Amino acid sequence: MKTNIARALAAGALAALLGGTLVACSGGDTDAAGGGKSDAAALDAALKKGGTIEYWTWTPQAKDQIAEFEKEYPKVKVNLTDTGGAGDSNTKLQNAISAGKGIPDVVQVEYQSVGQFQLPGYLTDLTQYGFADLKSKYTASTWANVTQNGGIWGLPQDSGPMALFYNKDVFEKYDLTVPTTWDQYIADAKKLHEADPTKWLVNDTGDAGLATSLMWQAGGKPFKINGQKVTINTDDAGVKKYSDMWSQLIDQGLVGNISGWSDEWYKALGDGTIATVTLGAWMPGILTSGAPDGAGKWAVAPMPTYDGGEAVTAENGGSTEVVPKGASNPVLGAAFLRWLNSNEKSIKVFMDDGGFPATVADLHSDDFLNYKSDYFGGQQINKVLAAAADSVISGWQYLPWQAYANTIYTDDVGPAFQDKSDLYAGIQKWLNDNVKYGKEQGFTVNG
Amino acid sequence: MTTMSAAAPQVAHERRRARLKTRLNLAGAGFVTPFLIGFALLVIAPVLYSLYLSLFRTQLIGGTSFVGLENYTQAFTDPKFWSGALRVLVFLVVQVPIMLVLALIAALAVDSGRLYGRSFFRLAIFLPYAVPGVVAVLMWGFMYSDRMGLTGYVNDLFGVQLITPYTRQWILTAIGNIVTWEYVGYNMLIFYSGLRSVSTELYEAAAIDGAGQMRTIFSIKLPALRGSIVVATIFSIIGSFQLFNEPNILKTIAPTIVTTNFTPNMYAYNLSFVGQQVNYAATMAIIMGVVTAVIAYVVQLRGSRQEF
Amino acid sequence: MSAATPRLARKQFTPLRPKKSVGLTVVMLLFVVYSLIPLAWLVISSTKTQDALLNSFGLWFSGKFAFFDNIVWALTYEDGIFVRWLLNTLIYVVVGAGLATILATLAGYGLAKYDFPGRKVVFGVILGAIAVPGTALAVPTFLMFSKLGLTNTMWAVILPSAISPFGLYLIWVYATDAVPTELLEAARVDGAGELRTFLTISLRLLAPGVVTVSLFAIVATWNNYFLPLIMLNDPKLYPLTIGLQKWNAEAVGIGAQPVFTLVITGALLTIVPIVIAFLFLQRYWQTGLTAGGVKQ
Repeated sequence: MKTNIARALAAGALAALLGGTLVACSGGDTDAAGGGKSDAAALDAALKKGGTIEYWTWTPQAKDQIAEFEKEYPKVKVNLTDTGGAGDSNTKLQNAISAGKGIPDVVQVEYQSVGQFQLPGYLTDLTQYGFADLKSKYTASTWANVTQNGGIWGLPQDSGPMALFYNKDVFEKYDLTVPTTWDQYIADAKKLHEADPTKWLVNDTGDAGLATSLMWQAGGKPFKINGQKVTINTDDAGVKKYSDMWSQLIDQGLVGNISGWSDEWYKALGDGTIATVTLGAWMPGILTSGAPDGAGKWAVAPMPTYDGGEAVTAENGGSTEVVPKGASNPVLGAAFLRWLNSNEKSIKVFMDDGGFPATVADLHSDDFLNYKSDYFGGQQINKVLAAAADSVISGWQYLPWQAYANTIYTDDVGPAFQDKSDLYAGIQKWLNDNVKYGKEQGFTVNG
Repeated sequence: MTTMSAAAPQVAHERRRARLKTRLNLAGAGFVTPFLIGFALLVIAPVLYSLYLSLFRTQLIGGTSFVGLENYTQAFTDPKFWSGALRVLVFLVVQVPIMLVLALIAALAVDSGRLYGRSFFRLAIFLPYAVPGVVAVLMWGFMYSDRMGLTGYVNDLFGVQLITPYTRQWILTAIGNIVTWEYVGYNMLIFYSGLRSVSTELYEAAAIDGAGQMRTIFSIKLPALRGSIVVATIFSIIGSFQLFNEPNILKTIAPTIVTTNFTPNMYAYNLSFVGQQVNYAATMAIIMGVVTAVIAYVVQLRGSRQEF
Repeated sequence: MSAATPRLARKQFTPLRPKKSVGLTVVMLLFVVYSLIPLAWLVISSTKTQDALLNSFGLWFSGKFAFFDNIVWALTYEDGIFVRWLLNTLIYVVVGAGLATILATLAGYGLAKYDFPGRKVVFGVILGAIAVPGTALAVPTFLMFSKLGLTNTMWAVILPSAISPFGLYLIWVYATDAVPTELLEAARVDGAGELRTFLTISLRLLAPGVVTVSLFAIVATWNNYFLPLIMLNDPKLYPLTIGLQKWNAEAVGIGAQPVFTLVITGALLTIVPIVIAFLFLQRYWQTGLTAGGVKQ
């Protein structure tokens, strides 16, 4: 008990030194009085005792984070498996779970896929380890992503509040104004493409992640999940709002037919063929590593809004770590997870290598806000991005089978992008396909 | 096949023969057994297991239940499945003949002895077969891209969008090209080997009859190749029905065109590993297996009956 | 089985042979260009930096000659995992293709040379299996293996590649002609056991067929993609094909690190060993295939 208090004090002092909010910490302490403390102590005991855990992730910083962790807890050995990416990782985890063998102790899962693993009961509820105490550390939107159906299923690793990344050189050359509304954005897109038909303000080939984020920003709430009861609203106003806006771009032929993450996309980001991307706050890292030619040309601005006025944004991407049921060492796994996504050292390693945090203290630390990005020509990009993190609309929910829904999204809206057919009809088809799929999978769906 | 030469009809000899026969049976079975065990475990068992799985349905919520033939009725009325099946059928009808004719021409040319540096040709055309399918698609995928690949330069050269592999009209052609590139050399080699084994007497006879080159090709070489052509056709048909790697890897570049149900195999893969519908995927695998086997069988029957 | 005699005979007696044709050679050169262009592209691209790769004409060199840098990078990236993948692939090939060859040779020979009861049924079933799509088996095989706890082990890749119905078929066809039944009978009269006869006499006669089968098994295992894709979780067990696709996929998503140069250089390194194997074993597989083509 003594050591725990000492540790808590030390942690508080450290947080204060690093500019963290003391309020958050003391708040956590009072909450913990309710009885979470002994549970958290179980994690401390496990760390002290040591052991080996299996950790699956595709986070590039994982290796350095583990090195840092093992320095602090020499008795714990973390075996890292690099799963390569979210898509493969989901498949691998699902396979391991159905095999009942080789289930990792800690595994990275995208926010949108938490439900897919939580609802069938594949995940460990971390409330029992006192994780509720950590709530105040994280932004409201990321915390909402890891808590559903009355449990805490992970701790947020990063976040992706959206912003507008644009190529200043192209904007200057073609005399474009940085858009604050989507209407202006469409006007810019037209102006640019008419001035130079090889250039595009925007590229999209039916990316489900982008579409759902833009629906989110429009205030859409097409999915409501309540346990095994799923409501899919095919008449959602936000979905319509998104569709009306985006189809203007499509109908006028203003959307570049370049798939995100392809070799062409990276080239186009570097040479100005694509002049803007509206994606999550993790985008600077992608630009730096994938489009070195664009250095000095890019800048970031708040995401355009539908109605003008107050800044409103959504989340795009981001993930959490979870402890699956059937893990051989869940307690130690949970302890590692807690360290991984709440310890200052770990988060520092994560941020130093371009990660965008989900922790409130880090998002508002002076070091972070005043950082000048060389790639962005010295712009203090984090001021824009942190502000975005504060203006995410709440209330969005993903489907419990969002990964699958995303793969079929492109099937359904593909014709709209290919033949300029009705985007809204494509989205309707998608929503109805999901109603059908949900029913097939045994959910109660009243679409 | 193995007719024993008749020996003197003595009783002792008969008995010895019977004993020998038993010994030979045992030996023959002994040679075949290791393969058969593996075959039973790794081919027969999965097929049976597929059949078993296809009778059930597992849900994310609610677990597994017996559904009889429901998966089959669902598959037969599933437009996503049939559009994929139709697509591979179109692919098969167009790509396989083109590839095989090209392979045949190459084999005849190499065999004709009228080429300078014949073994170079044989090897160079065969070489792509040694390239792993994944690597082949990655290469062509890069080369196809309009803004940085070769097609972009060709289009710039002519000033028009001459080659646009990533459009709905051309994607199947683009995939067909990759598959042709990968396997034309392999098929050429099968045909070439067939040609090498044509008895020289036939050529002599044709020469004495004063037959020209074309006549030799049509009256001697092609008939002699019938067996090889049937084999190559069957393998190509099986390959077409299994189409997966090429479209699946190109999907990352052209997601709006290469849908998740672009081919039946992709559909089954996505259903089982992304959509968690293993039972339905097994059902589709069985249907595709049966269709493939039937078509391959028909080709074999026709091939062995008809003269070319 | 000497190939030299008939060729000589054909030269002498066929008046259709003698003239080399420039026209035909040129036409066929186009064919060769088609076959080799992607490979040329691959070789040229592997000499470029990522920047030059994205921004220069694919069929000519550009910028810094980074070939050796790229190779070193590929071999050391992610703690040298490429070397691990290469070793894994070799293990899969040696064990998997080795087992496939041995089993197919024994069984093909047994079916061709022994008239035991049930032979026809066995042969029919195995031949039918050639028409079963391999990928149709993949999902149930995966589920079976996962029940047995074999997924994510090397066996998950090796075992399924150990059964080659096509290899068996080739050996069966080959053995029927290449191993004279009289020879076996003579050996029997001399009192030699069946296995010994096989090992000392038949195997030598079967050699070209065996090499052909092993070569096809090697290519199939070397190029294996679908099966390891679903069976393996751990990158340390990956073969080259899956590893390359993993690198390719690293260009996607948050924290993406596009390493297209590595994918290309890795692809080149993946091809080289298999091409060499083909060149070395050329003489054998061509003879072996000839026999396979005759019979049907």
